[in-house]
Amino acid sequence: MLARLKAPQWAGLSLIGGLVIFPYVIAMLTGQPVDSGVPKFWQGMLIQVFILAVFAMSYDILMGYTGILSFGHALFFGTGAYTIGILLKHAGWDLGSAFVAVIVIAIVQSLIVGLLSLRVSGVYFAMVTLAFAQMFFLLAEATDFRQWTGAEDGLQSIPVPAWISPTTERLRFYYLALGFAIAMYLVARQIVNSPTGRVMMAIRDNEVRAKVLGYNTLIFKLIAITVSGIMAALAGALNALWNLNANPAVLSVATTINALLMTIIGGVGSLIGPMLGAGVIQLLGYWLNVLFGPSWPLLFGIVYILIVLFLPYGIVGTWRLRGTSWLEQWRRRWQELTVRS
Amino acid sequence: MSEWIIQTHALTRDFGSLRAVDHVDLKVRSGSVHAIIGPNGAGKTTLFNLISGYLKPTSGRVIFRDRDITHLPLHKMAHLGIGRSFQITNIFPTLTVLENVRLAAQARGGDNFRLWKPATHLRRYTEQAYTALQQVGLHERALQIAATLPHGDKRRLELAILLAGDAEVLLLDEPTAGMATEQVPILLDLLRQIRRGTNKTILIVEHNMSVVMSLAETITVMHQGRVLAEGSPAEITANQVVREAYLGTTFTGGRQ
Repeated sequence: MLARLKAPQWAGLSLIGGLVIFPYVIAMLTGQPVDSGVPKFWQGMLIQVFILAVFAMSYDILMGYTGILSFGHALFFGTGAYTIGILLKHAGWDLGSAFVAVIVIAIVQSLIVGLLSLRVSGVYFAMVTLAFAQMFFLLAEATDFRQWTGAEDGLQSIPVPAWISPTTERLRFYYLALGFAIAMYLVARQIVNSPTGRVMMAIRDNEVRAKVLGYNTLIFKLIAITVSGIMAALAGALNALWNLNANPAVLSVATTINALLMTIIGGVGSLIGPMLGAGVIQLLGYWLNVLFGPSWPLLFGIVYILIVLFLPYGIVGTWRLRGTSWLEQWRRRWQELTVRS
Repeated sequence: MSEWIIQTHALTRDFGSLRAVDHVDLKVRSGSVHAIIGPNGAGKTTLFNLISGYLKPTSGRVIFRDRDITHLPLHKMAHLGIGRSFQITNIFPTLTVLENVRLAAQARGGDNFRLWKPATHLRRYTEQAYTALQQVGLHERALQIAATLPHGDKRRLELAILLAGDAEVLLLDEPTAGMATEQVPILLDLLRQIRRGTNKTILIVEHNMSVVMSLAETITVMHQGRVLAEGSPAEITANQVVREAYLGTTFTGGRQ
C-alpha cells in the first residue's frame, strides 16, 4: 500500500510524522525535559499554529472553494470561544456537552447569517458579514453582560479540565491539537471532493451557470457556510481552552483578516495551503518580533506584499504550477481575476 | 399531451424605455426544430432569456406544456427538462472539461447532497459525461482545465454540458457563434444526430442561414422586438416582407 502513495501524500505523511516526534526532537536537541523549558515553549507555538490552521482552512472552504468573500469569519471563531468559556465557567457544563453546544450554536449562527446575507453576493455579502461580526464584537464588549462575558476584560480563567490543562499537560494538549487539525483536514478534504463540494466549486466559477444546470445555489452556499462555521467555531473553542480565556479580540476584524492573510499566503482553494499559511504567519511573526521588536507588523506587511507579488497563487498554488515563470503565473492570475469579477 | 411544448403569450420585456421584446406569441411544437432569426437587436436573445427564466418579463406568460413557468426560479427550469446553451461561452473555467460535463449530469440526479462520498465514485455521472464528450468529440481532452481549451472547443464543451443535462427542450443561443467555418458542418451533423436518436425539441437562435435552413422545420422571424413572420424555411425564403426587412440585407452575406 505504501508503494502506491504519490509525492504529495508522502509529503503529508512525513509532515505529520515530523510533528508527532517534534516535541521529543526539540527535547533531544536542547537537552531539556520534554515537558518544560524550550520544548514546552515550542509545543505552545505549534498548538497555536494548529488552531489557526483549522481556522484558516475553514475560511478557505468559503473563499477558496465556494467563492464567498466574508469579512466576518471571526464571528464563528469568537462565538465558539465564548460559548465554551461561558458554559464551562458559568454553567458548569462538562467539556463534551460544551463542545456539542459549540457545534449546535455554530450551525444556528451560520444558517441565520447565511439566510439573511447570501441573497446578496460579492462585496455586499462581505459587508453584511462584517456587520454581523461587529455586532457580536460590541456585544462581547458591552458592560451590560459583564457578569457573563467579562466585557472588555474578556472571560478570564476558564476552568479547563486538569487532564488537558495547557499549562500542566502541555504535551497532551499538543497531541490533542495536532489530532484535531488532522481530523478537520480529513473532513474538509472529504467534503470538497464530494458531489456537494464540486457544486460549491461550480458556484465559485460561475454561479448563474450552476443555477441554469439546475442547482439551487443558495442551499449549497448555506452548506458551505455551515461547514465552515462549525470548523471555525471548534477552532475558536480550542483557542479558548488553550488561552484559558476569551476576549473581545477573537471577534474583531483583525481575527478575520488574519484568516484571510493565512489563506492567501498559503494558497487559495487548496485546504493545505491555508494551514501552511497559518504556520508561516505564526512563526514569521514570532521571529520578526524577536529580531525587530514591536515594529514587526510593519516588516510583516512588506513580506506579505512580496509574497502576493511573487507568489500570486500562494505557496501551494505556486508549487502546483512549478515550471511556469512568475510572469506567466501573474498573467494567468490577472486573467482569472478579471474574468470572475 | 399538448402539441405545443413551449408557448409564450404576449411576452414583453422593457429595458428602461426600450421595448426589447414586444407582445410575442410563440408556439414551439413538441419534438420539432424551431429557429428564431432576425437582424441584430431584434430581441432574439432577450426572448430566449425570457423563455429560459434567465430574465423575468415585464408582462406576458411562458407556458411549458400546460404549466405556467413565467415566475419559476432559474434552477427549477432544468428539472422540468429545459436546458440552454449560451451565445457567449459560459462554462466553469477552473474545473476540468470532464467535471464541467459531470456537474450537468449530476444536477439531474439525486446525489447532490452526499457530503461523504467522493464525487469521482459516482460512476453513473462520469459515464454520462464521457458519452456526452464523445458525442461532441472532446473525450480526449476530458482531463484538461476548461479555461485552457481553444475557443471552438469551448463551444463544443458548452454543447456537451447541454447534452449531459439530458434536457427535453434544448435552447441553443447561436451555437456557431465564433466557431471556425470548417467546424460548422460538424456541429450540424451533431444536431442532426441528436434529432434522430431522440424526441428532443430544439429551439435555436442562429445567424448562420445554412444551419437554419437545413435544420429548422419552423422559422420565426423577429424584427424590432416583434414577430414579423413565421413559417417553413420555404415560406420564409419566399416571404416578401421578410426579404425587405431582413433577408435582403444580410441573407446573402450570412452572418454579419
